[in-house]
Amino acid sequence: MDTRFAPEDIAFRDEVRAFFDKAYDEELQARLANLDTFKDAVIDWQKRLYEQGWVAPNWPKEYGGPGWNHTQKFIFDSERAARGIRDVIPFGLQMVAPVIYTFGNDEQKARFLPRILSSDDWWCQGYSETGAGSDLASLKTKAELDGDEYVVNGAKIWTSYAQYADWIFCLVRTNSEGRKQEGISFLLIDMHSPGIKVNPIVSIDNHHSLNEVEFNDVRVPVANRIGEQDKGWTYAKALLAHERTTIAGVADSKRNFNEVRELAAAEVNGGKRLIDDPLFRKRLSDIEIELMALEFTELRVLATVAAGGAPGAESSLLKIKGTEMQQAVQELRMDLAAYYQGVLPTDLSPEQLGHAFGSAARQSYMYGRAATIYGGSNEVQKNIIAKAVLGL
Amino acid sequence: MNFDFTEEQTMLRDSVARYVQDSYDFETRRKIADSDAGISREHWRTFAELGWLSVPFAEEFGGFGGNHVDTMVVMEELGKGLVLEPYLASVLLFGGLLQRSDNGPLQGEYIPRVIEGSCLGAFAYLERQSRFELTDIKTRAESAGDAYTLNGEKVAVFNGANADTLIVSARTAGGQSDREGISLFLLPADAAGVTVTPYGMMDGQRVANIVLENVSVPAGNRLGAEGDGMALMEPVVRDAILALCAEALGIMAQLNAKTLEYTKTRKQFGVAIGSFQALQHRMVDTFMAYEQTKSLLYRAVCEVEEGADTAASTVHALKVQVDKAGRQVFGEAIQLHGGMGLTDELDIGHFAKRLMMINTTFGNADHHQAAFNAARYG
Ligand SMILES: Cc1cc2nc3c(=O)[nH]c(=O)nc-3n(C[C@H](O)[C@H](O)[C@H](O)COP(=O)(O)OP(=O)(O)OC[C@H]3O[C@@H](n4cnc5c(N)ncnc54)[C@H](O)[C@@H]3O)c2cc1C
Repeated sequence: MDTRFAPEDIAFRDEVRAFFDKAYDEELQARLANLDTFKDAVIDWQKRLYEQGWVAPNWPKEYGGPGWNHTQKFIFDSERAARGIRDVIPFGLQMVAPVIYTFGNDEQKARFLPRILSSDDWWCQGYSETGAGSDLASLKTKAELDGDEYVVNGAKIWTSYAQYADWIFCLVRTNSEGRKQEGISFLLIDMHSPGIKVNPIVSIDNHHSLNEVEFNDVRVPVANRIGEQDKGWTYAKALLAHERTTIAGVADSKRNFNEVRELAAAEVNGGKRLIDDPLFRKRLSDIEIELMALEFTELRVLATVAAGGAPGAESSLLKIKGTEMQQAVQELRMDLAAYYQGVLPTDLSPEQLGHAFGSAARQSYMYGRAATIYGGSNEVQKNIIAKAVLGL
Repeated sequence: MNFDFTEEQTMLRDSVARYVQDSYDFETRRKIADSDAGISREHWRTFAELGWLSVPFAEEFGGFGGNHVDTMVVMEELGKGLVLEPYLASVLLFGGLLQRSDNGPLQGEYIPRVIEGSCLGAFAYLERQSRFELTDIKTRAESAGDAYTLNGEKVAVFNGANADTLIVSARTAGGQSDREGISLFLLPADAAGVTVTPYGMMDGQRVANIVLENVSVPAGNRLGAEGDGMALMEPVVRDAILALCAEALGIMAQLNAKTLEYTKTRKQFGVAIGSFQALQHRMVDTFMAYEQTKSLLYRAVCEVEEGADTAASTVHALKVQVDKAGRQVFGEAIQLHGGMGLTDELDIGHFAKRLMMINTTFGNADHHQAAFNAARYG
């Protein structure tokens, strides 16, 4: 056991730092913060990472991954998070791509992977339906074979960023007989197809990232099916474990925690710095201690994966603890903002308002409620651990 | 000892409850929240006609002569409907300060107008730096002959966007955090030198930052003795905390009821999700949190009403309990609603946001726990 960085790791870290310092410039940051320019700014940023060869740390080298070992991945992610740089939009690069390069055919790989890598296509994830959330396998959106096309009918819901998407990867029902898991297929659907309608859903953070996506007689070439018909569940399941590990966001929580600590040193109540308040201190250190453990839990999982293991039920642990910690840090930030935690988006400058971070704290806290729900709710993750790890 | 409401209190409760149910449903509330003013004058007039705005005022001012139990009953029911109109700001804070003051002329002029709903008041006490300390005040009032000149800034003033009349806390003496030297002044919101900058809050409130630049206020508009503002503010804020906690209890009741109903009807894996024991225990926990909060609210209301020595520390305890139980209740409500709980369309998130704002109003849990600790353990 040794967790110190080797000299080549330090050199790598310096290289990463230099890149971020240069590429993540202020102009880009301003465009990312503005909803009107958000989409283009994200694509711009991901293209910069792509040109550097770093946009897909987990992809195999043959498809365009950088071929990093897990220490390098850890360093890269820590440095990214430490600067408050958001991770790439996961749906293409982290979710559908692994399915395509693991289960897709050569033609699909050649067609889709390069455009995912270069962020020329924006992807969204069409799994959930109104009746199929935790019980995903009960999904009803139907795909019926008609010649060399499927005809898709039904609706997906909670589809993040569908309003921006060029492509959606969907689980659809191709067979209603037998076990419900065994009649599901994995389809890649062009969002520009006739018969697709996207209806916005405003969430409790007052933003629009969620959508309902309706399919009315949408024709999808059979060539867009991943793997075999009715076997989509197997492919999706393999992907879910990946999704869970990325949702944990430990490095981001660490960064947000450090920011909260700094804010607490600046916030004064009754002439006393908040960070000197024994009650606040206890809440701070309770969180930091959990985060310290979680960081090493994550490293242990990464090491297992690097050694050829699959992220199994441990990814559920990471997901539960990781999302709980995200919410705990967001909550502390809200407390720091006191009554300013309620401020809605406003044209007033921080100077006019009298506060700098209240509205942002509200936004991330409110949206942050979702982290324990999506990617398989934390209750469902506990069921998985109870069953798969504890044998209950 | 008894925990029963009087017949009058039961009638009052039923009256507010019925109104909220019949005339203030969530869609009505949403329209009001989305309107320019963020409150409805029409509803406010109805509240006045139904006598609700008179509840805490003495009969000599044309009030109902209610006590803390009456106010609690009203606020709990208003909470269930997430009512946006400024009962707390105008009736309980602005009206409460007037009623407790010894300024007969101002009382005679303003309290009847508050009761009839024609005067919308606000109490401007917060400042950028003050966080939860009522006494942390930089705004100054210089005495000059028979007037005072006010300079400073108040922030996040409840009802600040709509109020026509303000009561402002300002320093006539003392250092920034001293208890002594604070005075309260009543002034029109459109007085020369007053700039009101409104903004919206997540619970639908329209608050405002209010800058005072050489605002001249007649000496007759001072409430209470010069420098003795805390003697007025402290009990009024304590009463307001009780009222807010009653509102919070009403909200928790709604969240628990709605979540329970949802888990009985939402099906996954072929069964109602309420049949999962993991969720049942969580709902039992939120049920218990609600009951414990209700008990502590009743205890605090009784102690304040009866003038018990422990009243102040019990109110601190209540605010801690409301914070803790509130977080638990809204947290579970959102979580158990799954994706639905994240939508702006559903009322669940809106109840949550109001609870969050209540938790941070007049001091968060840490603030009151520290005060409780100091009162109980020295
Ligand atoms: C912000 C956000 C973004 C999302 N983005 C996407 C997306 O891009 N694409 C996509 O396909 N989906 C997306 N989702 C959907 C998400 O995956 C679902 O919300 C999630 O699977 C839960 O399903 P549900 O909302 O139907 O809740 P339900 O399944 O109805 O769950 C309700 C409650 O019951 C609990 N519960 C359910 N089953 C059990 C059980 N067996 N034991 C104990 N408790 C249980 C749940 O944990 C939850 O608390 C998103 C959701 C959110 C909130």
